[in-house]
Amino acid sequence: MQEEKKEQGFVTIEGKRVAIQGEKSLLELVRKAGFNIVTFCYHPELAVYGACRLCLVEIEGMGILASCTVAPKDGMKVRVNSDEIRKLRRINLELLLSSGNHDCTLCSKSNNCKLQKLAKDMDVTEIRFKSKKLDSHKDAISPALVRDHSKCILCGNCVRICNEVQGIGAIDFAFRGFKSKIATAFNKELGESHECVACGQCARVCPTGALMPNSSEIEEVFKAINNPNKKVAVHIAPAVRVGLGEIFGLKPGEPVDGKIAAALRMLGFDYVYDTAFAADLTILEEATEFLGRVKKGTNLPQLTSCCPAWVNYVEKFAPEFIPNLSSARSPMQMMGPVLKADFEQRGGKREDLVVVAVMPCSAKKSEAKRGEFYVNGNPDTDHVVTTVGLARMIKEAGIDFANLENEWFDMPFGTKTGAGVIFGASGGVMEAALRYALAELDPENARSVKFTSLRGFDVFKEKTIKIGDLEIKVAVVSGLKNARKLLDEIKEGKKHYHFIEVMSCQGGCVAGAGQPQFEGWALRKTRAEGLYQEDTELAYKSQDNSGVQALYGRILDKIGGPVAHELLHTHYKSKKYQD
Amino acid sequence: MTEKFAPVDKILKEQGNDPAKLIPILQKVQELYRYLPEDVMRHIANKLEISPAKVFGVATFFAHFAITPKGKHIIKVCNGTACHVKGSSYVINTIKEKLNLKEGQDTTEDGLFTLECVSCLGACGLAPVMVVDEVVHGQISPAQACKLIDEIAAAEAKNA
Repeated sequence: MQEEKKEQGFVTIEGKRVAIQGEKSLLELVRKAGFNIVTFCYHPELAVYGACRLCLVEIEGMGILASCTVAPKDGMKVRVNSDEIRKLRRINLELLLSSGNHDCTLCSKSNNCKLQKLAKDMDVTEIRFKSKKLDSHKDAISPALVRDHSKCILCGNCVRICNEVQGIGAIDFAFRGFKSKIATAFNKELGESHECVACGQCARVCPTGALMPNSSEIEEVFKAINNPNKKVAVHIAPAVRVGLGEIFGLKPGEPVDGKIAAALRMLGFDYVYDTAFAADLTILEEATEFLGRVKKGTNLPQLTSCCPAWVNYVEKFAPEFIPNLSSARSPMQMMGPVLKADFEQRGGKREDLVVVAVMPCSAKKSEAKRGEFYVNGNPDTDHVVTTVGLARMIKEAGIDFANLENEWFDMPFGTKTGAGVIFGASGGVMEAALRYALAELDPENARSVKFTSLRGFDVFKEKTIKIGDLEIKVAVVSGLKNARKLLDEIKEGKKHYHFIEVMSCQGGCVAGAGQPQFEGWALRKTRAEGLYQEDTELAYKSQDNSGVQALYGRILDKIGGPVAHELLHTHYKSKKYQD
Repeated sequence: MTEKFAPVDKILKEQGNDPAKLIPILQKVQELYRYLPEDVMRHIANKLEISPAKVFGVATFFAHFAITPKGKHIIKVCNGTACHVKGSSYVINTIKEKLNLKEGQDTTEDGLFTLECVSCLGACGLAPVMVVDEVVHGQISPAQACKLIDEIAAAEAKNA
């Protein structure tokens, strides 16, 4: 995507000549000049909005303007820190702080909050404006996300990402003046919204503590650990290992699964497993299902079903594609029933095993609560904690994470292959499925096929691959608006595929709402590279997972068989709004 | 099911099913229902292929739109500068008391009256101004306002 950077003139910023090299806004150029102005409503992934007024600059001959809204032109002379700008920036910040709840010590977002950072950087110690009444209502009925309107500064990032990137528009500005707020349709709680799919990208771009993944389950997890009558198993998703380290000052993207395993034991979990085990299981079931569909020519293209926000999307907005969704459960929802069945086989009672999943995602929290995933009132997955939630648990327990020695996951559900690990990056599920299919149908050429075109961070990728006599067309798409576009093209007969991987978050799970907050693409790439690095150190394809093989022998019988169907597959139903 | 919204569909068609015409559409639909019911707003959003949150946002931004049912008779009292100076607050407070409206409530329990305080009706020379069901009453006093309300209530009782 990066074009050759041609200079299009110069702008003088605080006396420094800065070359224009394709920057769309003056703000980008100001930042390039080394002035890292904190902004709220400007987000590199979203349309320009110009509401927070914190990127104000003085341009000679043009006056004072929000630099995010100005295109840089040759010869511009710009002041960033003139007396007047400093005064205005401070007033604007004070006005933002004058309403709402900014009690930082009592906020989960503390230390990671842009508003707090800016107030600290500018050393604001006093607000000269009278505060108004604040909306203290907390919207916390969604298992996935919580909203606290009293911390909202109305920057609109959440509204824009939901519209522009996800194409949903579950939330928008509503009411007027002091009563303005971000609301779902008809001011319902997020958990009752017909539109919200719980992807949580709104929380990822929220600069304050107004929108965050729901972390209330952490308490339940601690209670279960300290309950002598329960055994507690935990498993961590692929993307968690390349995200958690950032919070503890470790090198971004470096897999820290060894330290995580050690930390989970120190927290008191009885069994420490890897969701990548279940990802291998997912591949065996889903790829087998796929080959069956190709043979029969039915329900194609097959759509992946491991992203819970995507499943929500299909049920709510594109139910005509439900038959295309793979009936295979997501790795998280395969792990739960397998662990519980194994526990029962060893003489335990299902409800005495508490299964905790650590996920990079907010939608996974809703997924675990789906009615289909309960057996006699007992859930397959008891609790879901995000990557950031796990960091909180580690901090609360006083564990010195950065200096932990690496440990192994417990057997047998800690075994994994590289195919299971790359699930966390966009394209990974497809690659893992194709590795499986190639090895089944064309073992001689299985390792010679390269998947470079399915990796990387284009939001749409495709590949045609010959597997034995079959010519298979696959596509990989991330971001729900992009997925919608693809579905429309399929409906119109413009595009034809056999298999499509969809991830709601652009770039896949590494960019999930449960991960440490970030902006832009660089960190997504670094995290994904960490997964592909771990892949090179592990077995290549899912069928080589010895733990999975043993599990079929012991419990599941055969791939796609009745027991596997009972434990590892699910069904979907239309949840589209009807007049 | 779609028959239920046939009159709404007619309005939508007249406006070319154009999302840019959302405001005139909502105005016309409100004339029909006297407010904007949730299922109707959803229907409009579906037809215009915009999100219901957007429709709700527009409906709650403009004071003209009501998302709860309005009363059968609409009383608008101007509280613009001129009317305010001429004592419209007394008129408003008297009506509130007479209709037994609590804080934040603008429609009577029986659904007969809705009281709206508006910013300016453009008839400052007649201040204070009250408009009852589109009929303008100038230089109104609290007592006259009560009399008008009594007359409407009596007529309604007779019809019932």
